[in-house]
Amino acid sequence: MSQLRMGKVVLRSLFRKPATLMYPQVPRIWQERTRGHIEINEADCILCGMCQRKCPSDAIIVDRKERTWTIHRMGCIQCKSCVDVCPKKCLFMKQEYTTPDVIKITDIHHIPEQEKPAAKEA
Amino acid sequence: MENRSYLVQEFHPLETGMIYETAKDRKAEGYRLVQICASVVPEGYELLYTYDLDHVLLNYKVTMPVDEEIMSITGVYWSAFVFENELQDLFDVKFKHMELNYGGNFYTTNEPHPWKPETQEVSSETEEEEKTTQEGDA
Amino acid sequence: MGKRTVIPFGPQHPVLPEPIHLDLVLEDEIVVEAIPSIGFIHRGLEKLVEKKEFTEMVYIIERICGICSFGHGWGYVSSVEGLMGIQVPDRAEYLRTIWHEMGRIQSHLLWLGLLADAFGFESLFMHMWRLRETVLDLFEKTTGGRIIFSVCKVGGVRRDMDKETLQSLVKALKKMKVELEDLTDVFLEDDSVKNRTVGVGILTKEDAMECCAVGPMAKASGIAHDTRLTGHGKYMELGFQPVIETAGDSYARTVVRIREVYQSIDLIEKAVEMIPDGPIDIPVKGTPPKGEFLMRIEQPRGEAIYYAKGNGTKFLDRMRVRTPTFSNVPALTKMLQGCGFADVPILVLTIDPCISCTER
Repeated sequence: MSQLRMGKVVLRSLFRKPATLMYPQVPRIWQERTRGHIEINEADCILCGMCQRKCPSDAIIVDRKERTWTIHRMGCIQCKSCVDVCPKKCLFMKQEYTTPDVIKITDIHHIPEQEKPAAKEA
Repeated sequence: MENRSYLVQEFHPLETGMIYETAKDRKAEGYRLVQICASVVPEGYELLYTYDLDHVLLNYKVTMPVDEEIMSITGVYWSAFVFENELQDLFDVKFKHMELNYGGNFYTTNEPHPWKPETQEVSSETEEEEKTTQEGDA
Repeated sequence: MGKRTVIPFGPQHPVLPEPIHLDLVLEDEIVVEAIPSIGFIHRGLEKLVEKKEFTEMVYIIERICGICSFGHGWGYVSSVEGLMGIQVPDRAEYLRTIWHEMGRIQSHLLWLGLLADAFGFESLFMHMWRLRETVLDLFEKTTGGRIIFSVCKVGGVRRDMDKETLQSLVKALKKMKVELEDLTDVFLEDDSVKNRTVGVGILTKEDAMECCAVGPMAKASGIAHDTRLTGHGKYMELGFQPVIETAGDSYARTVVRIREVYQSIDLIEKAVEMIPDGPIDIPVKGTPPKGEFLMRIEQPRGEAIYYAKGNGTKFLDRMRVRTPTFSNVPALTKMLQGCGFADVPILVLTIDPCISCTER
């Protein structure tokens, strides 16, 4: 019966439910560590610019005068270098991928003024 | 089988005239050709020939000026034609008596010899543009 | 003497998996000569080493290829560590070995699926890729990405796997192994598969040594060369021996790859038992000194070389990656002489081409 070796597998898969999801009707279940996109907690950011220096694809732009933190969503390669290097731990890696689009998306976040508790250092 | 033999690194200098003879000697002893690599140094090019026998590597370094013609080793190791054609296309290294010569058409590049030292500024701009579009699509 | 025709094959063809171009010289349906040419997706990634610092270059080297991506990251990081004289902690080496073997499993399962597709056996192709999804889900669970992992760095690894994760990894692989045994039985015993692979594309041991073939192509012809025996990673502690076959035809190459999958599952189980506790990275200070280092890694397709040259600044002088398919292309031209025209796609597939690695 060496012609029908596949028969066992085929019969078994006849009686099982399909291995694929009806995506996008059925939403995808994300894993805990998936690297999807970057989010910032604006209240903690001190505009030091370390994330801009460490980003390998130059997707983050920090503007001190305007007090904005900009990220090019399509340029980010989800490497997590910015999250690891931020001194205030205000950047987070969330699980959902950036949705595909026909134009390049840029997100601009406005950082509010913080009260300085001590005198300015340098 | 030695442990940690990958940490053994031997580099021997070699003259351009001795390339063919060294290749013949190594072939007779049963060595396998691993790679031919070129890098840009102030004196011109530095070629690295690597041979391997029983998991032990042997490297030869050849320093040559940019426009010198050197002997091809495809007469001894026929499979070296891939490495030599790549060097010919990217660095414009000239080879004598190459058995399978694509004549500069192995890689289809925009400009003839992108990594040759004189044309470095032009090609680095093209590489920057390619890279930003690549990151944008990621 | 029949009439000679020249047929261009590729780079776009429904049955060809990779963009390689072959000019086939035919004489009445028998291939007399084959001239390969590559270069359709040359991106010049090695030149970017002049613009990116040595810590950021790992993200570019990782993206040379999607199937062998962990191997490229590991090879680059190891060559820079060898150049700077850094000794990585033991736990990091075990973790890297486990991830690399998982990468080998998913690469061979992908290849088996493509082989089944090449001779029209679509349901076997779909089942193989369904099993491959188990491994990709495990990668996403432990590193965060399915294809590009970004988990190696100079000095160690960036993420850890705790004990429960490692145990669940072994359990999931064992469950996959039970289903895999039914499917590999089809490859090894089924008549229709055997008719297309036994005796096709024979590469003798002398030809393989002459053409400097690497990887499963050489192992199927009887050459016992495997870079894992040089002592990188933790393979010597795990008691590794390479898989050798002597027939040299396409069937032997299939057998070698199937046995390597089972061997990888066993190696992962042993590594999970033996992994020690400890730190996963050490801090890296300074920049690569003047010097050079040549590192070798066993990718799923063969032996890959990573050559790093430093010059004292934070930009490397030269980074050269020589991938296994580059060395197997001359062996392909040797093998294609004398085969039938209908066997050409199968033979191109048995070298396991990865053209995006070859051209960087």
